[in-house]
Amino acid sequence: MCQCCAEKKDIYLPQLATVEDVSQMNITEKYLRLSMDDGQFDFIPGQFVEVSIAGFGEAPITISSSPTLGDCFELVVRKVGRVSGAIHNLKNGDKVGIRGPLGKGVYPVEEAKGKNLVFICGGIGMVPQRSFINYVLDNRADYGDVAILQGTKSYDLRLFTPEIEAWSKRGDVQMLETLDEGDARWKGNVGVVTKLVPKVETDLKSAMILVCGPPIMYKFVLMALAERDVPHQNIFLNLERKMKCGIGKCGHCQINNAYVCMSGPVFQYSDLASLPEAI
Amino acid sequence: MTVKKITKSDFVRFVDALIATTKTIGVQAKGDRFDFAPLASAKDLRLDYDVTLGPPKKFFLPPAEVLLTYQVGGAYESQCDDQEFILLGVHPYDVVAISQMDELFQQDNYDAHYMTRRNNAAIIACDVARPSDHVFASSMGTAVVREGYDILLTEIGDGYVAEAATEKGEKLLAKAKGVPADSQALKKREEVWARNRKSLNKHELKCDPAYLPKLLAKAYKHPVWEEQAKTCFSCGSCNQVCPTCYCFNVQDDVSWDLQTGTRSRAWDGCLLDGFTKVAPAHEFRKSRADRFRHRLYRKAMYVPQKIGGQIACVGCGRCVGACLPDIANPVSVYNRLIDDLGLG
Repeated sequence: MCQCCAEKKDIYLPQLATVEDVSQMNITEKYLRLSMDDGQFDFIPGQFVEVSIAGFGEAPITISSSPTLGDCFELVVRKVGRVSGAIHNLKNGDKVGIRGPLGKGVYPVEEAKGKNLVFICGGIGMVPQRSFINYVLDNRADYGDVAILQGTKSYDLRLFTPEIEAWSKRGDVQMLETLDEGDARWKGNVGVVTKLVPKVETDLKSAMILVCGPPIMYKFVLMALAERDVPHQNIFLNLERKMKCGIGKCGHCQINNAYVCMSGPVFQYSDLASLPEAI
Repeated sequence: MTVKKITKSDFVRFVDALIATTKTIGVQAKGDRFDFAPLASAKDLRLDYDVTLGPPKKFFLPPAEVLLTYQVGGAYESQCDDQEFILLGVHPYDVVAISQMDELFQQDNYDAHYMTRRNNAAIIACDVARPSDHVFASSMGTAVVREGYDILLTEIGDGYVAEAATEKGEKLLAKAKGVPADSQALKKREEVWARNRKSLNKHELKCDPAYLPKLLAKAYKHPVWEEQAKTCFSCGSCNQVCPTCYCFNVQDDVSWDLQTGTRSRAWDGCLLDGFTKVAPAHEFRKSRADRFRHRLYRKAMYVPQKIGGQIACVGCGRCVGACLPDIANPVSVYNRLIDDLGLG
């Protein structure tokens, strides 16, 4: 009797996907478009996949494209370690292993319908947020006002610049961008992303606020939102951790009693009161 | 189900018959201590042991195991160990731990690697004949069990009472020569149970274990975590010897030809520095005190929420003996909290 190979699915077994497109976005970020070899791939914005590079290992990466893109999906990966380094060496046509989509804590795709949305992104925090942003823009009539706040460390690290420019020109999106460090090539805002919060035209108190960025950013964003009395149930935080197994067993992503890979990665702020390790 | 009385000499023949047909892992002496290891002969079996060095979890969740093999750039293939085996001489507290692990590895996402081994195992439990130096199973309500095994053995002077609890156990027990256990034998077994319910208690918890989640709910900021963790080496010994610690890491290895490789998982420990580290250099549970607290919260609050309130410390006392700076004893920490915070 061997259950992995017989009646029970092996939850650790990746399925093959093919790299359809790959490009270097800036000095540290690589863009990939993948399609599953067995066809369909359904997910909800906020979900992640475990990407396997044989011989290097697996890494959890949140999907950056919207489900409206079709059967393929996009990832953006920063080169920081062993697996992400190997991902950066991928070429068109290469095979990778994929487990997922994983995570039950996703963006409030349905609950947000009819509401105003404010996306607050720090650096590559834009990568997961982009999945929901594009979903909203592809179903524009279903949602209210949309404001996107993007803070980036420096001019050369900006991501998705053509896309951000297109969003700015749409007329139905308030696109605000800032750089931590000023640059001769940059004519826009300078300073941290929280400095953009007062510029948001939508009423923050009634909007749904979606936040993703480096750990330090959350404290300051939450302080800025607290000053404007934004109810905690309206704030959604993407808490990426070390989701090693991705299926609630290995323990690495646990925040108090919550496994990020199971309950997250997107959490409603009002649910974090019992999770002091979260922020 | 059958309840037999087996003489000691017939029991030796029974164990040798098991060894002849099925891989049998039993408790044996290892220096002046004991551990589980494959049995070559019944004479090596030591059911009079106090506690084994390592818990029996390693036969279901090995310290390192291959999950998958792959061709570099090609498909992945599941690997699993599907040999039947008998685990002989498991103490009640370890039986409880195995039952908890079974639930954890089946819930939400069924772990076929763990469960294949588990379903291929027959567990022959045995009541504790000699308490170890640090056991506190009586405090945790795990000194005696009536489920979670296929056969339960209880030594009653001149022989054993052996009770089958499952079909699997019934089939195995059919190989043993014995007589139906009479009321006198059963009375002796009751006496062993009554004794163990009280005597496996070298450290006495000052509350009902069911109260522990409530106690921890008000203890998150208590100074005990910082005080105890001051001398913690972050060595993870407490994780390693714990029958209910199951966190693991996963890694890839490539063979010498660079064409094929394996993906393995190996035990990890939440007390180890780097357990929550993500690239490039952020560590979410960096302080020793936070890691120390996390382990004890997992045992008495977080894991219980996943398994219907059962406390995930079974009172084996292994961590107490394994911890060099002597800070791991859960009973000392919980009792200190009870002293300071009361039972209300």
